[in-house]
Amino acid sequence: MQAWNKIHFVLLLSRQGKVRLTKWYSPYAQKERSKVIRELSGVILARGPKLCNFVEWRGFKVVYRRYASLYFCMCIDAEDNELEVLEIIHHFVEILDRYFGSVCELDLIFNFHKAYYILDEILIAGELQESSKKAVARIIAAQDSLVDTAKEQASSLSNMIAQATK
Amino acid sequence: MEQLKTIGRELAMGSQGGWGQSKEFLDLVKSIGEARSKVEEDRIILREIETLKRRIAEPDVTRRKMKEYIIRLVYVEMLGHDASFGYIHAVKMTHDDNVSHKRTGYLAVTLFLNEDHDLIILIVNTIQKDLRSDNYLVVCAALTAVCKLINEETIPAVLPQVVELLGHSKEAVRKKAIMALHRFYQRAPASVAHLLSHFRKRLSDNDPGVMGAALCPLFDLITADVNSYKDLVISFVSILKQVAERRLPKAYDYHQTPAPFIQVKLLKILALLGSGDKQASGHMYTVLGEIIRKVEMSSNIGNAVLYECICCVSSIHPNTKLLDAAIETTSKFLKSDSHNLKYMGIDALGRLIKISPDIADEHQSSVIDCLEDPDDTLKRKTFELLYKMTKSTNVEVIVDRMIDYMISINDNHYKTEIASRCVELAEQFAPSNQWFIQTMNKVFEHAGDLVNVKVAHNLMRLIAEGFGEDDEGADSQLRSSAVSSYLGILGEPKLPSMFLQVICWVLGEYGTADGNYSASYIIGKLCDVVEAHPNDITVKAYAITGIMKIYAFEVAAGRKVEMLSECQSLIEELQASHSTDLQQRAYELKALLGLDSHAVQHVMPLDASCEDIEVDKNLSFLNKFVQQAIEKGSQPYIPESERSGFSEVGNFKTLNEHENAGHGLRFEAYELPKPVPPVNISPAPHAPQITHTIPVSEPSHPREINQNPNPSSSADTSSANSEIKLQLGGVPMKWGKPAYSSSSSSSSGTISNTANGVAHRDAAAITAASQTRDFTYNHRRQQVEVSAEKQRLAASLFGKSSKSEKKVPSTNKASKASFPNTEKLAAKPLPAAEAPKEKLSNSSPQPPPPPDLLDFSESSPSIPAPEDPFKQLEELVGPSAAVVPEAHDIMGLYGLNFSPVTPANRNSEEANIVVANKKGPNLRDALEKDSVARQVGVTPTGNNPNLFRDLLG
Repeated sequence: MQAWNKIHFVLLLSRQGKVRLTKWYSPYAQKERSKVIRELSGVILARGPKLCNFVEWRGFKVVYRRYASLYFCMCIDAEDNELEVLEIIHHFVEILDRYFGSVCELDLIFNFHKAYYILDEILIAGELQESSKKAVARIIAAQDSLVDTAKEQASSLSNMIAQATK
Repeated sequence: MEQLKTIGRELAMGSQGGWGQSKEFLDLVKSIGEARSKVEEDRIILREIETLKRRIAEPDVTRRKMKEYIIRLVYVEMLGHDASFGYIHAVKMTHDDNVSHKRTGYLAVTLFLNEDHDLIILIVNTIQKDLRSDNYLVVCAALTAVCKLINEETIPAVLPQVVELLGHSKEAVRKKAIMALHRFYQRAPASVAHLLSHFRKRLSDNDPGVMGAALCPLFDLITADVNSYKDLVISFVSILKQVAERRLPKAYDYHQTPAPFIQVKLLKILALLGSGDKQASGHMYTVLGEIIRKVEMSSNIGNAVLYECICCVSSIHPNTKLLDAAIETTSKFLKSDSHNLKYMGIDALGRLIKISPDIADEHQSSVIDCLEDPDDTLKRKTFELLYKMTKSTNVEVIVDRMIDYMISINDNHYKTEIASRCVELAEQFAPSNQWFIQTMNKVFEHAGDLVNVKVAHNLMRLIAEGFGEDDEGADSQLRSSAVSSYLGILGEPKLPSMFLQVICWVLGEYGTADGNYSASYIIGKLCDVVEAHPNDITVKAYAITGIMKIYAFEVAAGRKVEMLSECQSLIEELQASHSTDLQQRAYELKALLGLDSHAVQHVMPLDASCEDIEVDKNLSFLNKFVQQAIEKGSQPYIPESERSGFSEVGNFKTLNEHENAGHGLRFEAYELPKPVPPVNISPAPHAPQITHTIPVSEPSHPREINQNPNPSSSADTSSANSEIKLQLGGVPMKWGKPAYSSSSSSSSGTISNTANGVAHRDAAAITAASQTRDFTYNHRRQQVEVSAEKQRLAASLFGKSSKSEKKVPSTNKASKASFPNTEKLAAKPLPAAEAPKEKLSNSSPQPPPPPDLLDFSESSPSIPAPEDPFKQLEELVGPSAAVVPEAHDIMGLYGLNFSPVTPANRNSEEANIVVANKKGPNLRDALEKDSVARQVGVTPTGNNPNLFRDLLG
């Protein structure tokens, strides 16, 4: 059987080559990861406009797309449908945009964990699990509200305890 | 530092910035953001690691604090540093009762741990518990972790619960349970073998998301075993039909295309099911035709679906109508201005020519344009296409092109690939052997160290065996041309080792054969090779053996041999070499020079590398020697099977014979040391001595001796090998065919005339071929005459070139030539137009991102990060406020469906333009964020003024 993963990793790189988000669906050792990032940022950031959004790399293909100063990259198998992956990236960005309200790089820098949660709702084990933006938005909202209520509960509890022990 | 303090104060004053993390963390992120170099970044992170190590170990860390530390650990790890010291805390965090903390814990462990990590065993219990939780969000978090963390060992622990969750009331849970089960299948197919029917069942789930998720495992299952799923063809077709007819909820539309991701997945599955199955394919024709007809070419996602249709059409049992549609779509791709579409078009063409090889002809001009495109990705894809369409008529042009490209790139991975493709094509289609050798020379010269060793051996064999026909004249002509081309090449610096080996072998074997070069000239050259590569033992070995052969031929021919002084010193040097192999060869050469011409003739017969070699498996010629040894009191040989596990110390011959009994080379691992350790060590020093004595004492068996093809002569020989050689041949002459016949050593090796891929040779073909080659060479240099060159290239690639076809490339060329100009024209005004804006915002002027076709950014006005947001706000909020309500509508609809916004423009690109143009609220949002950020203390430095730019802007 050939490769299992559809998407091997997701990388968000700034134009300066800084890492903004990484998610590895195939096992890569830490050293290997740094090497991959270095190699790819060298290749992708150097590419001019108007060129393909795909790069062949180590027998895989990396599909990338630039949004403002941020590059979204996904590594896929050589036989996969590049255009589709390009749209998966866009799908992700649109969901981020919805969540953060016109998302910018800074949002992702400070809220990378939230970006992770969102990504986890879109891709699972390197496969697209949900293609409805509404469904993703719904579950993320549910999680957020849950966290909020939990916080409230926790704080009110501790308040009660604090008052009780006064 | 001062600045940092002010920022700190600002933060302390409570301007939280809406990010909810502690100031410390914000500072960290900020300083990373402002780091100017990787070194600085690393330093900051290392300091952070120290801090975290300390903090985490403190007693009584509150959960809230710990949660933040863990997020910081994630950050550290994300930037490529090791945060393993904190893994255990992330694991503990998953045990937390607070859902928010638990989620953070799960997020961290999925990012930190791979499935084989030791800590996983500590999470399994928690996962089990959480899978049973009443809160479906907890279950979801646990399932996400299951997908990443559960390994083969732990699958049984969670499997029953995951299966149970397939029937959960929440679709999000069902979906994730399917994905988890899919993951189990990937990890250990046997563990879920009895559960595969669940995937089929989920196909009819009420929720389209669950159905879509079920397609992932089904795709894998069908890839593995097509036949068990043929019954699903009709279901898949009907699902696809419904999807294409927009029966799914609107939420699944993407840029007005109905559930494209599900369509793509279904098309992939159908391609598998219909491959080579006429009946199954028959069900698909209608729906495929409909999709191809309906899907919009204008949107990227539509093209993705179309491309998948082409793949499907080319995979299933062919249908003329569909093929025509696919070909038409492909040509639209190829004619598009978008590089992405061209790329897909080239790929699609590669698929379609398998079915109808002629269609490439129509697109020759597009293909050639892609081949000459500056975009590397496109070029490589085109080479892949050319590789697929190579025939004997166009092999020369294609391989020449490939080699030129191979020379121009640095990427070793791709260089290896393209080199091996060149070799493969050359072997398969070579019009003449001379061309083959020249091509090989080029491949070796530029990628010699990357290609497979076998390729080198094939080349040597080809030169030695010639064409496989009885045309001695042509063979020797080939050899002398090889020799003279190699002598020319030798002058070049930095030749790859593998290529040098081939050269040395050929020069030794055939250097003096045609009489054009004197022995001393060749020997001088070989000595130069050794001198130039003092560290390459293999090359040295090849060279010294080459020298030995030349001397032997001279002696055998009765000519007087003068030992060149440089050669003399070389031999002396090698006799003292650290490599026993080189030492041995040097001694052999010396011994050979002492023999008379008759003996030499037998030891080193002229041009005998292709002679069949009879190997006396019983080593009967050694009988005499063995007899003598036994008479002197040695132990007789005991076959391995009769041995009781030990032999007597000191009798290394016995042991040698034992080692020899089986094979020349042993591939199995070393066995455990037997109780006779010293024996193994002793033989090596003895080796050279025996080399000396045996040839003299056994002069009557030179034939068998010299024709023992030494299996290890090409590889660097270990002492164990030379040991073996001693016994096997008596005289371990490095003669004959080095390496490429290695496997024949133990069998009665008959070097047959293996087909070398070149079936015949036609003198006319050669001249014609060389002419065309000269042709192409010439006009590649004359870049001025591009159009003529393209025409010819097209003609040579695609064979026929009618007049109409000739016209196409030239017009195409014209349009291409005008492209750069228009591009420049288009590009120039852009920055000019943006300049005032940038001045307005007085951010440090950064050249606007060049428009990218697919990023829609060509239409989007760049919104540079303003330096002073407040002023900007004052200016902008007013006017844009009017746009706000409408724009809010757009954002509400955004992503769902663009049609209400621009019913006329179904084109999603244009839809985006509209959104981009009405960026009112977005710009304001960005400015608000900017001001918040400034309060926090993050300023868009000159480093990156784009931090605040809308990604979708």
